[in-house]
Amino acid sequence: MTLTSLPQDDSVQVPAPDIAALGLRESATFDRATIADIQRAAATGVYDIRGWGAKRRVPHFDDLLFLGASMSRYPLEGYREKCDTDVVLGDRHASKPLHLQIPVTIAGMSFGALSANAKEALGRGASEVGTSTTTGDGGMTPEERGQSRHLVYQYLPSRYGMNPDDLRKADAIEIVLGQGAKPGGGGMLLGQKITERVAGMRTLPVGIDQRSASRHPDWTGPDDLEIKIGELREITDWKTPIYVKIGASRPYYDTALAVKAGADVVVVDGMQGGTAATQQVFIENVGIPTLAAIPQAVQALQELGVHRKVQLIVSGCIRTGADVAKAMALGADAVAIGTAALIALGDNDPRYAAEYAALGSAPGFYDDFQDGRDPAGITTQDPELASRLDPIAGGRRLANYLRVLTMEAQTIARACGKSHLHNLEPEDLVALTIEASAMARVPLAGTSWIPGAGQGTL
Amino acid sequence: MVTLMAPDATAPTSDSSTDVRPGSDAGDTTTDLDTASVRDLNQALHDSVGAASWTVTKPGGKHSLAVGITADVDVTIEGHAGYYAAGMLQKGRVTINGNAGVGLAENIMSGTVHVRGDASQSAAATGHGGLVVIDGNAGARCGISMKGVDIVVGGNIGHMSAFMAQAGRLVVCGDAGDALGDSIYEARIYVRGSVASLGADCIEKPMRAEHLEELGALLAAAGRSEDPSDFRRYGSARNLYHFHVDNSTAY
Repeated sequence: MTLTSLPQDDSVQVPAPDIAALGLRESATFDRATIADIQRAAATGVYDIRGWGAKRRVPHFDDLLFLGASMSRYPLEGYREKCDTDVVLGDRHASKPLHLQIPVTIAGMSFGALSANAKEALGRGASEVGTSTTTGDGGMTPEERGQSRHLVYQYLPSRYGMNPDDLRKADAIEIVLGQGAKPGGGGMLLGQKITERVAGMRTLPVGIDQRSASRHPDWTGPDDLEIKIGELREITDWKTPIYVKIGASRPYYDTALAVKAGADVVVVDGMQGGTAATQQVFIENVGIPTLAAIPQAVQALQELGVHRKVQLIVSGCIRTGADVAKAMALGADAVAIGTAALIALGDNDPRYAAEYAALGSAPGFYDDFQDGRDPAGITTQDPELASRLDPIAGGRRLANYLRVLTMEAQTIARACGKSHLHNLEPEDLVALTIEASAMARVPLAGTSWIPGAGQGTL
Repeated sequence: MVTLMAPDATAPTSDSSTDVRPGSDAGDTTTDLDTASVRDLNQALHDSVGAASWTVTKPGGKHSLAVGITADVDVTIEGHAGYYAAGMLQKGRVTINGNAGVGLAENIMSGTVHVRGDASQSAAATGHGGLVVIDGNAGARCGISMKGVDIVVGGNIGHMSAFMAQAGRLVVCGDAGDALGDSIYEARIYVRGSVASLGADCIEKPMRAEHLEELGALLAAAGRSEDPSDFRRYGSARNLYHFHVDNSTAY
């Protein structure tokens, strides 16, 4: 148990009260989770660290709807007429861009945060359907390189395990400035997960609570980034695409600066994007929703004349083919999934209900990825727990899920009359709420009204 | 509303690449960066096999000189280098007869980098191995996040040096700036002069026989004549290795 979680008291077992029968009124301000947070803080004196992304409700893709084809637009025949899904990433400057079969990629997650089996399963699943996986804060493992046909190598502030041989083995390099769960924050990996192998890869003592740097050690700001990208290009002989990943906070300016610094691809991660371990206060209170970030990033690309030339990958709570289609209609070239991929592997599976209960959690609520005691064997370095995830079966589940996401997105695209997912456009969308309408810059359903339109939306 | 301008999209290649010839077995190659491009230089270095020596003239403070070297080559840069000179070096020797910019020998894995002048900030940042010798002074963040590299600085180093230093040795023959070794892990620091201040969790430690021996070997490797017994040793108090309520002010 970490010092950041509340010790459980098993001595008293009282049945749950019937709140309705007793006429109890719960405070909207001090709800039970808030009260538990205060009690935990008072008991431990250290902030709460957890995994997962923001749990608060924010305007999201759920608040958008597609306008199907009608009199003025022809739909395409499902199954019979073509609706392509492939995407080329990184053809602006790199001589060897990636060509993926589907526009759904796997986001960066480290070996360390995840078990070796989980990383292998991600590689197997992604390779089966022709998409890419991404390393994380902790370097590239041979298993991961071996199982991933397209592997993106993250270049992070900590530079744990950063090795020029691995850099040259990568199919793309992703310079990470931040992630949606914690724009402005560095990585964390608590001692329970710093096993000998993880410690060796990161040059750290075994069992320490690792806190990664939040700023890159050898460059600061966009002018330096341009020089840094130049160095990476020189080392890889201008072959390898270079992505720049930002946590969504000021995506208009960050996207523009990334383009000017020479990025081939910009990755924008919204605040709902997941993490393996971060302070809860950070996850819930820093960054902007994915929905609000996309139009800002697309606007920057369009104003620079590089939309579709510098590709945009969007992540942060992509769950369904509808989410994929909506992100792409707003202007993304591809999306990345993290949390959803872990769920496909078996995270939060009800069959581990008893074990989640023993950890003080429940299926659907488990987020203590930092603790390394994941019953599903995914966010752990414990050999016994990790062995529960069969990488071949896990890979198959992920491939199934990726196929469903793609087929769902195609279903919507055909209904809108599009022969490629990239042909989806903002004009295909309307919003259900004023907030979503203002953020996504599509009209409120049944009106032509976009709040803020024409008034300078930045 | 800000109006953006179209970006430059230039993959630099020179008009004439005839000034660079891939190194043969033992030949000496001269690359003049007034006429050849940095791209030509690096590509030729990457293509070279076996021992060879290279001389780079008119470097003009250009960035990313001699980066990503994997072969056993001897590179001499006659003048000043910009950012990331000898970055990610894996083999061979790079000598700079001048000053070096930001991120000298960043993430060096092995081999030797020798700067006869001064180095800017983040020298040898995140280096995993090898030896970096700076005859003059180094700026701020020298040895930041170092992961096994050895660094010997003849002069002074700036503030926040050896920040989060994980492994390796940093030797400073002059003085160290503020917050030396902040959040340091297992790297060892030797300073001959004064230390303006120590960073969080960095403390002075006793010089034992093995440290004098280690320091003597590092000074000798760097071609220096200082007496190891004039140095003091600094390292981690290891108090921040685990989250603890008593350390809350340090987070």
